[in-house]
Amino acid sequence: MTTLAPPTAPVGQHTTTTTTTASGGRSGPVVWMALPALVMFVGFGVIPLVGVLALSFTTWDGIGAIVPSGLTSWRAVLSDPGLPHALWVTFLVMILSWAVQTPLSILIGVFLAAHKRYRGFLAVLYFIPLLLSSAAISITFKALLDPNFGLATGLGIPFLAQDWLGQANLALGVVIFVVSWQYIPFHSLIYQGAVRQIPTSMNEAATIDGAGRVRMFFSITIPQLKYTIITSSTLMVVGSLTFFDLIFVLTAGGPGDATRVLALEMYQTGFQANLMGPASAIAVILVLVGLALALILRRVGGGSASESQMEGA
Amino acid sequence: MSVDRNTISRRNFLNLGVGAGAAAALAACGSSGPSSTGSGGGGGAASYWILTGQPGQDIRQHSVDRFNSANPNTKIQTTAFQNDAYKTKIKTAIGAGQAPTIIWGWGGGGLKSYVEANQVEDLTDWFSQNAAVKDRLFPSSFGAATVKGKIYAMPAETVQPIVLYYNKKVFDKVGVQPPQSWGDIMNLVPNFNAQGIAPFSLGGQSRWTNMMWLEFLLDRTAGSEVFQNVFEGKKDAWSDPAVTDMLTKVQDLVKANGFIKGFSSITADSNADQALLYTGKAAMMLHGSWTYGSMASAGGDFVSGGHLGYMNFPPVEGGKGDPTNTVGNPGQYLSISSKATAAQKDIAKKFFTTAVLSDAEIKEWISSGSVPIVKGTESQLAASKDAAFLKFIYDTASKAKTFAQSWDQALSPTAAETLLDNIAKLFQLSITPQQWVANMNEVIGK
Repeated sequence: MTTLAPPTAPVGQHTTTTTTTASGGRSGPVVWMALPALVMFVGFGVIPLVGVLALSFTTWDGIGAIVPSGLTSWRAVLSDPGLPHALWVTFLVMILSWAVQTPLSILIGVFLAAHKRYRGFLAVLYFIPLLLSSAAISITFKALLDPNFGLATGLGIPFLAQDWLGQANLALGVVIFVVSWQYIPFHSLIYQGAVRQIPTSMNEAATIDGAGRVRMFFSITIPQLKYTIITSSTLMVVGSLTFFDLIFVLTAGGPGDATRVLALEMYQTGFQANLMGPASAIAVILVLVGLALALILRRVGGGSASESQMEGA
Repeated sequence: MSVDRNTISRRNFLNLGVGAGAAAALAACGSSGPSSTGSGGGGGAASYWILTGQPGQDIRQHSVDRFNSANPNTKIQTTAFQNDAYKTKIKTAIGAGQAPTIIWGWGGGGLKSYVEANQVEDLTDWFSQNAAVKDRLFPSSFGAATVKGKIYAMPAETVQPIVLYYNKKVFDKVGVQPPQSWGDIMNLVPNFNAQGIAPFSLGGQSRWTNMMWLEFLLDRTAGSEVFQNVFEGKKDAWSDPAVTDMLTKVQDLVKANGFIKGFSSITADSNADQALLYTGKAAMMLHGSWTYGSMASAGGDFVSGGHLGYMNFPPVEGGKGDPTNTVGNPGQYLSISSKATAAQKDIAKKFFTTAVLSDAEIKEWISSGSVPIVKGTESQLAASKDAAFLKFIYDTASKAKTFAQSWDQALSPTAAETLLDNIAKLFQLSITPQQWVANMNEVIGK
């Protein structure tokens, strides 16, 4: 994602006057620097998107000829009870994984931000899940949670012998757990960096005023992390729309359709049922949901431009 | 100001990037466009995609190797794919005009969709000119290769009926006899559960594994006509009362804890369902004949020590179906891509005549515990170390009054996906038999 983002050089400029002149004077080169990203984005983002939109108004089995069919695919998708269900599951995964990841990531981030050697060592360990591919993680957890050959049998703990991936609610819980396990390290890293940028003078002043650790956490750390929370939440929320590999390997959307998120519904419609038209319609819905969410988060987060989180402002 | 603006555009980029990722997955097959030759191999060579998984992978590769060393100028290049990945890959490749010269498949509904898109060669004339190639194969294997009276695929490899396996050690331990009827099955369930042994192993996440139960139960209760009506696209064909009866029986078995705990998260690809049977955690398993070979190699002395029992699915009390009927794969199928060059097509046809099910290949299939779809192999089967099982498979396949093709292969991919989806929900008890019938009636003929 970083390659797609425009240069953010002005961030961190302390005085508004230099920022304004600098960005004004740099607008020429900045446009050129954005060009490679723009080419990639148009080639791999916009053009396929237009293609999918066009395909959603056709009937195509993926093999034969593409036949324009107007709104047939849209009617089929919108009248299918599978769509609201998949939307609901997607929404649940999004909200629950956000609710699990955010507090834990902030706490771990704050914990790791302190400059102590043993915490640096722990940080390396925490980071390991992020290095593994989703498929590998899913296969591992699937094996561990197997009620007949898994961890429960291996360790002799009967409590662990639940039908983890075979019961609707448990399976959803496992999906959220595995997602969190995989991504908490990444978000912790973001928070660690952000916490380190909070000026120590603030904490010192608060200490002098007699504030305790908990008070300092809620009155200084959390408000200072506001923009980081928004960035991290955007990544979580929009990212959760595209969970596919992990769920596909872990549960294949099952049991039944209990963990069938929108991306999985799209894959099954397109590549297993050979209905490329309706699958494209689902893809368009997925894009629209992503767009709407990003816009909402932007409203919630970056609203007032006058507000500054810089020291002394 | 600039801080804010940059943050916004980063988010917008991010968000669009996400959409693009989702879209790119779909568009990948649309934008690549048809290529002129459809050659997966390049040059004058023909290409052939095969399935991974032993022993089949080696046997397929050996046949190609023998062909290549006999024909050094007209080689065939192979690429191997895992089973479930192949199903998606081959469809996408054919749609994009990138199909291999030789298209391996299961015949039936999938083949029909290729035929309707004019992607595979009509082999009817070729077979009538090369009657010797056709006449040595099981006649029953040609049904799934035929679409609207024309043959579009060469039957190959082995015949694979679905078999009811059981663990003799477990039956001895519990002191019960293998089931002779549906009533026996339902009576055995509490016996095994009381001993802490699952009555049936099942790899339910793969979904087609559940489907085998429906296939047999419907056949035993109502005969093969009900599904034939569905296959022919007759309106509301699933509404036959026998279907509701069969679905109720399936749910009764699920409710009685007939299947291993956690069955809906077990995949057949991992062979965990077979492991449950040979480790004695489950007493019985309904599965394809192809699992015999892997149970023999992975199960220690389970097969070689004679602990594996097998039988055809027992009759249902008062059912109309012929108890000799069976379902499964009447063969595997090799088609020729119509987009291949004339030279590639000739190589493929030569491969069909000289290498497919050659004497050496037949020998390999038999020693792996499978029955090739070639007539007159009885003496070779009898000489094999797995003679008893092979004779059982040969008799089951050849004496069956009807050898029905697996439903998900017989139906179109669209109907098959709905079928598998609803079967998974049926086993999950999240839909009733009536809802199942209504959902399935909607996709008849699609």
